[in-house]
Parts: sequence; C-alpha cells; structure tokens
Amino acid sequence: MAMRKLAKMASPKLSLGPIMFNWPAEKWRDFYFRIADEAAVDSVCIGEVVCSKRVSFVEPHLPEVIERLQAAGKEVVLSTLALVMTDREMGQIRATTQGDDFLVEANDVSTASLLAGRPHVIGPLVNVYNEGTLEFFARQGAKRICLPVELAASTLSVLAGKAERIGQEIEVIVFGRLPLAVSARCYHARAHSLHKDGCEFVCTEDPDGMELETLDGKPFLAVNGTQTLSYSCCNLLAEIEDMRDMGIGRFRLSPQDVDMVSVAQIFRDVIDQRLEISQAGVRLEQLARDFTFSNGYFYGAEGHKMVAHQPHDPG
Amino acid sequence: MTDPLELVCPAGTPAALRAAVEAGADCVYLGFRDETNARNFPGLNFSRDELAAGIELAHRQGTKILVAINTYPEAGNSSPWHQAVDDAATLGADAVILADVGLLDYATNKHPNLRRHLSVQASASNPESINFYQKNFGVKRVVLPRVLSVAEIAKLNKQIDVETEVFVFGGLCVMAEGRCALSSYATGISPNKNGACSPASHVRYEETGDRLISKLGDYVINEFSNDEPAGYPTLCKGRFVANDKVSYLFEEPTSLSVFMMLPELAEAGVTALKIEGRQRGKAYVKSVVTSFRQAVDAVSQGKSPPSMDLSSLSEGGKQTTGVYEKTWR
Repeated sequence: MAMRKLAKMASPKLSLGPIMFNWPAEKWRDFYFRIADEAAVDSVCIGEVVCSKRVSFVEPHLPEVIERLQAAGKEVVLSTLALVMTDREMGQIRATTQGDDFLVEANDVSTASLLAGRPHVIGPLVNVYNEGTLEFFARQGAKRICLPVELAASTLSVLAGKAERIGQEIEVIVFGRLPLAVSARCYHARAHSLHKDGCEFVCTEDPDGMELETLDGKPFLAVNGTQTLSYSCCNLLAEIEDMRDMGIGRFRLSPQDVDMVSVAQIFRDVIDQRLEISQAGVRLEQLARDFTFSNGYFYGAEGHKMVAHQPHDPG
Repeated sequence: MTDPLELVCPAGTPAALRAAVEAGADCVYLGFRDETNARNFPGLNFSRDELAAGIELAHRQGTKILVAINTYPEAGNSSPWHQAVDDAATLGADAVILADVGLLDYATNKHPNLRRHLSVQASASNPESINFYQKNFGVKRVVLPRVLSVAEIAKLNKQIDVETEVFVFGGLCVMAEGRCALSSYATGISPNKNGACSPASHVRYEETGDRLISKLGDYVINEFSNDEPAGYPTLCKGRFVANDKVSYLFEEPTSLSVFMMLPELAEAGVTALKIEGRQRGKAYVKSVVTSFRQAVDAVSQGKSPPSMDLSSLSEGGKQTTGVYEKTWR
C-alpha cells in the first residue's frame, strides 16, 4: 500500500510519441525544435515507425534534433519500425540498436530481441496483453512498456499493479489517432492507383492521415501508408486520475498536425491538477477542431466511442 | 527432390475433423470452444471430450492434431489459456499453436516436451523475431504472417533453423495478423482478446429501396443492388470512400489461393501448407483437402499441380495469390 501511495504521489511523466505520418523534413525538424524549446514533455520518441522508405528524408536532421532535445533536458527515445520484412529494414534496426547512447523503443519482437540484456522500451505495437508477457519482457531488460491501444481499464489496472511490483514503468497513450493496424500493403499508394515500390510518397499529402469514410459518409478510419489509424482522436484527459490511482506514471501524446505544445500543456496542467477536466476538455476541442474524440477502449467498449467518464472501480 | 509438403487442415467440428482425416490431411488444427482460440464463433470448436475422440481418430490414420491456443490471455484471468495448454498436453495433442509471449513462456516451463508452433497471430516476419521464439521457447515451427513474397520466404528459410508453414487457401487477412484492432474499434470485439474478427453478433443487413446495406456495428461496410450477392461484412473487405473515390481500399471480398504456386513454395524451403477455414463446413474441408492432397502428391513427384477450379469455395467466388506475388503490395 505504501508503495502504491508513493507512485501516486510522484508526478507522472509525459512522453511525446513518434510522429506516425510522413511530414516534410523541414516541418519535422521545426516541430521537434519547438517541442524542445517549449513543450512540457519529459521524453520524446523520434524515429520512423511505419515505412522504412521514409527514413532517408529526416535522417539528415536527426543529429541536430536530438541535440536540441537533449539540451532542453528531454529524454530522447529512439523509436523503431513496426513491421520488419526485409534485410534492409533489419539493417536499419540493427544500426539503431547498436550503441548505448539512447534508450530504444521496440515496436517489433525482432527489435525487442536485439535489445535484450540492456534497458529498453517496449512500444505500443508489440503485443503485451497480460502479466506473463509483461514479466517476460521485464526479465529481458525492458524498463518501460507503452501498452497497446485496445486495453480496458480493468486490464490496465492489473498490468500496472504487476509493473509496480517488479519495478517497471507503464505508459499509456492518451492523445492522438490510434494505431490500429499495419500491413505489407500500402493503402496510400493503392488509393492513388500506384504500387508500393513506385508510391511517389503520396502519403506526404496527408499530415494527419488520409480520412476514410463509409459509403454513407460517416468518417471511420485514417490511412497512413501501410498503417491504418482510427479516424477519432484518443482523448483520455478525464481518465488520467483513474490511471494515476492504478499506479500508472507515464502518459503518451501521439503527434497530430495540431499545436502539440499547447496539447502537452493541457495534459501537463491536468496531471498537475492546475486545470479542471471540463476546462481542459474545452481547450483541447478548440485546439483539435477537426477531430472527434474517443475513449471507448478504456471502458471496454467499441474503440470509436466517447463514453462519459465513470470512475474506475478497482473491484 | 524436396521432402513432401505437409498439409495442415482446419476443423471447426468433429465432422470436419473426420472429413479432413479421410481426405488425406497430414495434420488437423483446431481449437477449444472458448476465447482461447482465434476462431471463437458460436457453434464451433471442440470440447475436451471431442478433442480426445478426435485425437484418437486422427492418430489411427497417422494424422497429427495441432491445438490452436492463439489469442492473447486476458490480464488477471490467464487460467482458461493455461488450462487449454495443460489439457492439450494431457490429451496427447501433437503440438500447440501459440502466439502470446507469456503463454509460450508458461508452456515452455510447464510442458517442455509438448511441441510448440508459433501462430500466425504472433506476426513473426523476419529471422530475428523467429530466432527470438526459437531461442526462448524452443518453437519448432512458425506460421508465417501474410506479409512476405515467395522470394522473401525463400530467403528467410535460409536464415533460420525453424520449420515454416504458410497459408495456401482460404480467408485472407490483409493486415499483419495479431496486429489489427480494426474489429475492436468498430465492435469492441477483438481478434487478439476475444478470438473473433467482424463478429456476426454485430452484423446487420438493412434494405433501403433497391439497395441492401451491410453493417458492422455502427459502420456501413458495403452495399449491394438487388441482383448482386450480398457478402459478409468483413471489415477489411469493405467498400469505403477516400479522396471522394469509392473502392475496396484494403482488399476485395476475395480468398487466397496459391494452388499453382506449390512448386515454388516447396522450392522456397517451406515445410507445411495451411488451409484456412475452421469456420467452414465439412463439405468445404473435404473438397479443399482432397484437391490439395492431389496437388501436394503431384508436386512431391516433381509434377505440376493438376488444374482444378476451387473458386466456388472462395469468398465472393474470387481468388488472389495475395502477397506471395510482390505486386500485391
């Protein structure tokens, strides 16, 4: 009980997840410069998660971005590819996982395997659904696990309890379009009648993903190259207090093409209890006008739903 | 000459199991009647007694039984999954097919002599991942996710020391398996957690004028005119609108069939061929297994597979070779 209270009292950390989308390199660089200078986040994940073909665009800017983030006191986490199919992709990951300068986040089991034996992060695209898996990765050296998006509060609570007992940190995505699926096939290319190998990087046209509607005009999903995301934007502002009570001490904001510095400030202020949830919600809506919000997974409901906040009953 | 390809066939019922065995399956894979397997549909799968009888029947014919326990155990409620592994071992299954790291760890420690296969739901698509499962859990075989071309499979097989099994016929995931939450986003029911994708409980058909609309949860997945056959609204086989254009953006209602590519797969070093369809009836199992038995036997004698039309057994009557040909991507 004493440990639980301690975890509750320690101020939770905020992470900025990797940019999922194919933003132009200068925009990418300037985004991180501003995050370094202004954003109230403790950690920043950088690196390509979706498509290995995009890596070369931002690579030239990587050193200066890392330097700026570190100079600003941010922990830099190198994020990695989710679906690894070729030797070239495996080579990119080997290069990232060599050296001890940075904490690396694995988004595929291959990468987790390469990182075994030293501290690392397990990202939300590796399947961690239960205590057995959590414990296995902890034994391999994972010190932090950002959980998959489709877990309900009851599961988060069990995993947070287990993590606390074995000295692990749990992280939960609280903002951004939800990464729902990854494929070998590029749907951006397909939508433009192109092949993946000759894709012309059409995904650059959609900085928040290409919106997909049903035949009756209902927004449904967002396509980002080989990745499919939710149309709705996850918003767990109202649930942060419940998750703190479970002992969860780190929350992740997934970048969208909105003012992420202000988004981070809203979450920071809610975590620090300087801002009422209702006020925070209104501000977030103003910042992310083009988005509808969802929190359904937290309540064990359909992921797209926005459920009115009910305090989590630890049962 | 390569070793004969092993034919791994589906059974959702004892009748389908019998049909598969009689049609010449080398292995039959199946699951228990609960959320521990990825075809958790009403009226399907096996009780413990049915499995015991099925194993006896199969073993008499020299057919192996593989038990799929390939969903991800629920936090705080691992016992149904642990019990499934224990029972598969006790009843004499030839292998279990697992996806979850924690469950693999459990099976490795508790039943070291029970053969372990890695489910397609683990989406192990590269040598490093496969070696991870071999090193830590001694998996003998990996069912490859449908993300690799035949050329890539050939290359992969040279880099690993684990048998590979590939899908050759039936329903086709277009997303990396075990890494898709589209169904739970729309319905709350998750393949990984609940063992069902696009569940029938959330399907509705609505007639509006001369159109029939199929819905999954709150979302329209497709619509049909009166003279079109209305397909099942599997989420990733629906028609959607992107950039004002209507299309089957992810994939058309189609099934995988690589009947004619069996020689290439054998050449690529694959050990086993998997037929999808535990939700299908015994007639489907009988037809598909009989056809593939003939084809595999022909290939093992260095001949081409006989020409056969299996399109009537495919979703929408359409077939694709999927990702095995690189242009699919």
